[in-house]
Amino acid sequence: MPPSDPADDARHVMSADKAAVSRALNLVEDRRAESHARVAQLLAALKDAPKAAGGHRVGLTGPPGVGKSTLTSALARSVRQRGRSVGVVAVDPSSVRSGGSLLGDRARMSFDPTDAGLFVRSLATAGEVGGLAYAANSAVRVLAAAYDMVIVETTGVGQSEIDIVHVADTVVLVIQPGSGDVLQFLKAGIMEIPDILVVNKADHEELARRAVADLRGALQTARAAGATGGLDADWETPILATSATKVTGIDELIEALDRHRRHLESTLAARRRQGEVQWVLDLFGRKHGEHGVSTLGGLGQLKARAERDVDGGETPLSLCEHLSREYVAALGKTP
Amino acid sequence: MAEYGKRERDRPWIMRTYSGHSTAAASNELYRTNLAKGQTGLSVAFDLPTQTGYDADDPLARGEVGKVGVPVSHIGNMRSLFEGLPLDQMNTSMTINATAVWLLSLYVAAAEDQGVDHSVLRGTTQNDIIKEYLSRGTHIFPPAPSMRLITDLITYTVDEVPKWNPINICSYHLQEAGATPTQELAYALVTAIGVLDAVKATGRVPEDEFGKVVGRMSFFVNAGIRFVEELCKMRAFVELWDRITQERYGVTDPKQRRFRYGVQVNSLGLTEQQPENNVIRIVLEMLAVTLSKDARARAIQLPAWNEALGLPRPWDQQWSLRAQQILAYESDLLEHADLFKGSEVVEEKTQQLVDSAWAEVQEVLKRGGAVEAVESGYIKQKLVESNAARIRAIENGDQVVVGVNKYVEGAPSPLTENLDEAILTVDPKVDADQRAALARWKADRDQAAVEKALAELQRVAKTDENMMTASIAAAHAGVTTGEWANTLREVWGEYRAPTGVAGATVKTSGSGAAAATIDRLRKRLHELEGRMGRRAKLLVGKPGLDGHSNGAEQIAIKARDVGFDVVYEGIRVSPEQIVASALEEGVHLIGLSILSGSHLALVPEVVQRLRDAGLGDLPVVAGGIIPEADAEQLRAEGIAAVYTPKDFELDNIMSDLIDLVDRQHAAE
Repeated sequence: MPPSDPADDARHVMSADKAAVSRALNLVEDRRAESHARVAQLLAALKDAPKAAGGHRVGLTGPPGVGKSTLTSALARSVRQRGRSVGVVAVDPSSVRSGGSLLGDRARMSFDPTDAGLFVRSLATAGEVGGLAYAANSAVRVLAAAYDMVIVETTGVGQSEIDIVHVADTVVLVIQPGSGDVLQFLKAGIMEIPDILVVNKADHEELARRAVADLRGALQTARAAGATGGLDADWETPILATSATKVTGIDELIEALDRHRRHLESTLAARRRQGEVQWVLDLFGRKHGEHGVSTLGGLGQLKARAERDVDGGETPLSLCEHLSREYVAALGKTP
Repeated sequence: MAEYGKRERDRPWIMRTYSGHSTAAASNELYRTNLAKGQTGLSVAFDLPTQTGYDADDPLARGEVGKVGVPVSHIGNMRSLFEGLPLDQMNTSMTINATAVWLLSLYVAAAEDQGVDHSVLRGTTQNDIIKEYLSRGTHIFPPAPSMRLITDLITYTVDEVPKWNPINICSYHLQEAGATPTQELAYALVTAIGVLDAVKATGRVPEDEFGKVVGRMSFFVNAGIRFVEELCKMRAFVELWDRITQERYGVTDPKQRRFRYGVQVNSLGLTEQQPENNVIRIVLEMLAVTLSKDARARAIQLPAWNEALGLPRPWDQQWSLRAQQILAYESDLLEHADLFKGSEVVEEKTQQLVDSAWAEVQEVLKRGGAVEAVESGYIKQKLVESNAARIRAIENGDQVVVGVNKYVEGAPSPLTENLDEAILTVDPKVDADQRAALARWKADRDQAAVEKALAELQRVAKTDENMMTASIAAAHAGVTTGEWANTLREVWGEYRAPTGVAGATVKTSGSGAAAATIDRLRKRLHELEGRMGRRAKLLVGKPGLDGHSNGAEQIAIKARDVGFDVVYEGIRVSPEQIVASALEEGVHLIGLSILSGSHLALVPEVVQRLRDAGLGDLPVVAGGIIPEADAEQLRAEGIAAVYTPKDFELDNIMSDLIDLVDRQHAAE
């Protein structure tokens, strides 16, 4: 197939043409060096998509088995019923041994296949530390150009949520009643406070009430210890109880999401930019470690550089690529 | 010296053949013939739309009507199914689960139309939803309303149809899904515990009458080729059930504690290669459930020798029935007391199974019981792992299968000379005929009565009243299977069960030829990824209503283990969904698995829809019980490869799949 025109591709993505969105996602997943320029061009062309600026990027994360896929499915369906379009990125881990993966989220989702306003793509982590797929950041940008809401679903608790903060405007942490680990992580400050907390599988009222109360306690402890939620301190993290199978609490979740999105209105651009910068630093740091960071002038300088270049339209991936090359070149100069 | 003449003999078990196909009238004729051949009970096979609550005119029923059983959409169909068969004299087993309440209602209503009071009816409804979630895949509703339907049926029959077996707890399908004997014992018993606890929780059964409920519980068990172990498994069942009913439910009457069970012997181990050997397998497996007088089956149905090839013909089923009759009437088996009492070998093996199964029962109970362990995926994952181990053992020769991985050379079999005639084919017209008949039925009935009955169903579904009464009234009013199920879908929603594949860990051989093969496949995929820019992505799809997911699951796991990114969506996905997933997921290849015989309708439909979506170049392979003539037709329509049970070497399939992706990439 002859390479297509990025501007043309971008236009089709923005009109939510599924074939074009799928091709664009294939492209951002493409790790070949010769494809990087096209990825950068495409993402640059999508940067100012009308949907992207006004849209909402929701990160849904939590430990395995709490029903995230079913909740994603219920959430997406309800958002669709309200007339908004939805793109979903479902991230699953890759096998360390084979590099392969089983992407099973679709099995838990029931969607109308003829719905043009709903798009689901599964991504494998492909060995990335931190739980987010190699291309997830770019995939979110593609979907954000095509759909009103983008939901990124990842598995993890503790450290691994950090990545989702970089791509999501609103981070929703999903747990089920009796999740002792999460409470401990929160209290100990290992885990950043999410924007919204959801107790899923709240089929039994009594259990759910107790779980919500436990979480409230943990949040207070965490705050007392100085932890803050995301970037701003004046957002009170709501705690909701949902049952994805019984479809209860979904309306409240949507309401909380909308409220958080409105709350972000003035700070959203800064938050997204901050996320991208952090993403660059993380990517680069993971690849080249402390030595890489200090060789390129230390964290402060690297950060300033990343902020400048991200503002100039660089994507985190291409920027990290440049930095890597500079680092390797610098290495060559040292005896 | 043996004396010839009349001797004291035990009464033989009930002999059945699992049958039904095409239409109610055709199946009725089949039942009459089977009874004339000496069969002593009926075993109704329903088609998949009936089992999953769809009428023939539902888009999801496309290609499935009359395929693996008889379509029963309304009381008219039920009447024709049993025309001339007096229901007060029949013993009818119905393999029906999600829609069991409905099919029993139709049966009761049809009996009433014959002038037979429902209190004299005898038979069995399978009514075990747990194993549907785990293995067979015909569930509709979420666990809570499903358990409610089960308990409704049980509490109704205990009072109203006292000779009915309201539930057949099935360990059968657990073995088909790969369960070891220990797992089969444990998961069947925790299912029974889950059901009895649920019945208890309804509060409908007085404490002192609970023994009656326990006494009506029956089981449907599998017997595999390791027939000594299987024989011990049956004895272990007897012992464990006695323990549970006594200790957990305080049943004092030993008769009510008896482990009552029916059997269908193993289909999973029947081979496509040298299929005549299956007759010997079937006979050996039958011995496991008949030899012990103290743990003997009460009803037996045997598969036919050619089941791995396609649907068996009446003659094939007759051959299996004759095997039962020879054992029961010709041999001296039924003249003796228990043969193994006091056998050290049998007792030791039985004890081992009792202990290991009891430990696993406790493990599941610790996790909250059967329903919880289904919802969390715990049991499913265990089964998927066991099945992967079984397949691996056959693949590397550790488990001998004659004619498959050993002694494969042989003279051609005259039985399969004309392979396409060695199976039964269902007239494709059946589908359209049933739709037309359904339209006539709907036009001729009293619509106001139907609507009233459906409104009542909906009302009752929202309460905790028993669903049976409203369902029987709906049956009389002419309501259809699809209408009954859809009404309840609206109230309760539908459920997609865990697939168990994502978390399944599979031991791969660390060394030797098998490890080298895996290594080679992984390297090829890695190299291909380098050239394509991203990892090869495979969509495993199960179109149609068939819920037998073993094949799809094992392909998915194997593909992950050689390094594919695998999208697996679970069972019952429509061709539209498969194409939408292929498009959105950007896959390189699609594998379709169909075991219900509806491949000629479903596979070409997927291919056509792919073309319409601009994905005509995407390679598609298909697997299932697909006769060679059909395979040829599918290949002619553009299917890249067709796999059948004889293709047991998954590594070879993987190698083919990589070739296909590679070739397609080179062509682009």
